[in-house]
Amino acid sequence: MRLLQGNEAVALAAVKAGCTFYAGYPITPASEIMEWMARLLPKRGGVFLQMEDEIAAIAASIGAAWGGAKAMTATSGPGFSLMQENLGYAAMTETPLVVVDSQRAGPSTGLPTLPSQGDVMQAMWGSHGDQPRIVLTASGVLDAYRMTVEAFNLSERYRLPVVLLLDAVTSHMRENVELPEDLEVVPRSQPTSLEGFQPFGGPEFLPLGEGGRFVVTGLAHDETGKVRATDGAALERLLKNKLARLEQDREKITHYRARYLENARTLILAYGITARAALATVEHLRAEGYPVSFLELLTLWPFPDHLIRPLAHKVDEILVPELNLGQLAWRIRAAADATPVRSLGRADGMLFTPEEIATEFKRGEMREVGHA
Amino acid sequence: MPKVGHDLSEYLRTSALPTVWCPGCGNGSVVQAIATALERLRLDLDQVVMVGGIGCSSRTPFYLNLNGMHTTHGRALAFATGIKMANPRLKVIVTTGDGDGLAIGGNHFLHAARRNLDLTVILFNNGTYGMTGGQQAPTTPEGFRSTTNPIGSIEHPFDLVELVLAAGATYVARTTTFDFDDMPRMIAEAIQHPGFAVVEILTQCPTYYGRLNQLGDAPAMLDYEKDHTAPIPQLSRADMLGKLPIGVFRQEVRPEFTAEYAEYTRRVGQGGGGDA
Repeated sequence: MRLLQGNEAVALAAVKAGCTFYAGYPITPASEIMEWMARLLPKRGGVFLQMEDEIAAIAASIGAAWGGAKAMTATSGPGFSLMQENLGYAAMTETPLVVVDSQRAGPSTGLPTLPSQGDVMQAMWGSHGDQPRIVLTASGVLDAYRMTVEAFNLSERYRLPVVLLLDAVTSHMRENVELPEDLEVVPRSQPTSLEGFQPFGGPEFLPLGEGGRFVVTGLAHDETGKVRATDGAALERLLKNKLARLEQDREKITHYRARYLENARTLILAYGITARAALATVEHLRAEGYPVSFLELLTLWPFPDHLIRPLAHKVDEILVPELNLGQLAWRIRAAADATPVRSLGRADGMLFTPEEIATEFKRGEMREVGHA
Repeated sequence: MPKVGHDLSEYLRTSALPTVWCPGCGNGSVVQAIATALERLRLDLDQVVMVGGIGCSSRTPFYLNLNGMHTTHGRALAFATGIKMANPRLKVIVTTGDGDGLAIGGNHFLHAARRNLDLTVILFNNGTYGMTGGQQAPTTPEGFRSTTNPIGSIEHPFDLVELVLAAGATYVARTTTFDFDDMPRMIAEAIQHPGFAVVEILTQCPTYYGRLNQLGDAPAMLDYEKDHTAPIPQLSRADMLGKLPIGVFRQEVRPEFTAEYAEYTRRVGQGGGGDA
C-alpha cells in the first residue's frame, strides 16, 4: 500500500508501461507529472526534456516516438489547446503517443487551480479534420495509474494519440493504493521483415533509421508514405480503416463501472472526479428507496453508444452531472434515443457534492409527480 | 566543386520528382549542394533523418533519399529534438525557410541553439513566403515589396546569423545559391560539426520576391545575390555598406547536449536527484 498523488501515479504508470521519453512545459495542475518524470526517467536511461512551450513539448514527443521511444507529454487546458495542431499530426501520421490533460476551469487562463471537465469536447474534436483518437479519464489515483498504462497500450495497439483526461483534484489528491503488478503492457509492434512493408495503414510501426527510408508527413499520403496532396481517396481510406478498426473493437476499448442497474428508473451517468459524488448520491438515494442506477465512463471516445443505448431504454431519464455546461450530456442524448437526458453542469471550479446531485434528482422527481 | 553532369541520383528520391518548386527557384541548387555534401561525407544514409516544417524549402525531405519527416509549420526543430534525443546515433538535418524557421518557429530556433544539440539546420532564406504567394517574411528587407506590403516593408528584418550567434549555435555560416562551392562545403562542415550548426543560404524566389521587387529572372537574381554579399573579412566597413557578410562566422566545439545528457543520466544514476 502506498500513499500516492494522482500525478505521481501517472508518472509511475508511464514508466511501468515502458515510457522512455517525456517532454513537457510547466503548467498547473499537471506540473508534478513532469517533475516526477524528471526524477524517474534519467535514472532509467530514458529522456526527460523541459521544452520552450507546449507545442514544442508535443512535437518533441512525436519526434521521439519516430526515434523509437514510447513517449508522453502532459499539460492542462491552455497547453492542451496549443497542442491540438500536433495532436492532429500524430493522428495523421499514426504515431503512438500519450497526452495527459489535467483539466482546470477555463476558458483562457480561467481558474488555474480549480478542477474542471471542460476539455471533454476539445479532447476529441479540438484539432481540425476528422481523425481517430481515444480519450480516457479517471476518478481516482488507482484509476489514474491503470488508465495511464491502458493509454499507452491503446496507443501502441492502434497507432494513434490517446488522451487521458484528469482534473485538478484527481491530479492533486492523495490516496492509499495497492499498485497492480499484473497489468498487461503492450510492446511496440515492429515489422519482422521490411520486404513489402508499408509504413502506414498497418499495426506495425517502423521508427526512422531502421531501414525503409520513407517520409512521415502530415500531408495526405498513401500506405507507402507517398504524398497524395490533391487526391483525397488514399487519406479517406486510411482514416476510414482506422475508424472501422476502433468501431470493431469498441467494446474492448470501453472501460466503465456500473452499479444498481436493475429496477432503475433514473440513470445517473458521470465520469472523472464527478463520478465519485455521483456514486455516493446513488448509494444514498437507493438507501432512501429511490430506483436509481449508476454508470461511470472511463472511456469517453470513441463514444460508447453500444453501452449507453440499451441502458437508456431501461430508464425514464438520464441525469448527467459534469464540470462543464453539458458537453458530454449533448453526446449522451445522441445515444439515448427518446430517453430524456438532463444536464447538470457547472463551470465555477467547484465539485458537486452528493447532496447537490440528489437535490437535482429530487427536483426532477417532483416535476414528474406534479408538485413543482 | 560539384562536377557538371555528375550523377547524384543515388541521393535523390526520384519517385517524389518533379518537385513542387517553380522554374528558376533556388531550392534545387540547395538540394544539389546537400546531395554533394552527403556524397563527400559517405554517411550511412539509413542513419540520416531529414526534417522539414511547412513551406517550399520544408519540402526538401521528400526529395532526398533519406529518412524524412515533414512536420507542422515552424516546429521542425522541436520534432528534430525529440528524434535526436530518442536516438542520438541518427544524424538529424533540418531544412527550413525564413518564414518557417524565423517567424512561426522563431522560439524553437532560439532554444535549440541554446541547448547546442547536435542538429544541422539548413535555412533557405528567400525573403518571402513562397508557398502562400509572396507575403512579407521576418527577413524581408525594409522597403522591399510583398503581397502584404504593396509599397514596401516598414519593418526591420531579422539577421539570422546574429540571432543564432547570440542564442548559442556553435557552427554558423551564411552563403548564397550563387556561391556554388560554398554551399556543399558549409553543409558538409555543419553536418560534421558536433553541436548545433546553422547554414543560412540566401536563395532566389523569382516568382514572388523577384517579380514583386523587379529583380528580374533567376540569373539576374543570382547576380543580385553576388552584388549584395561579400566575404566576411575582405572588405572595409565602408565597403560592406549595403552588403550582407557571408562566410563561416563561428566554428567552435562546446559541450554538446546529447553528451551532456548522457553525463547527467550517469550522475543521477549514482544517487543524485533523490529517491525515485
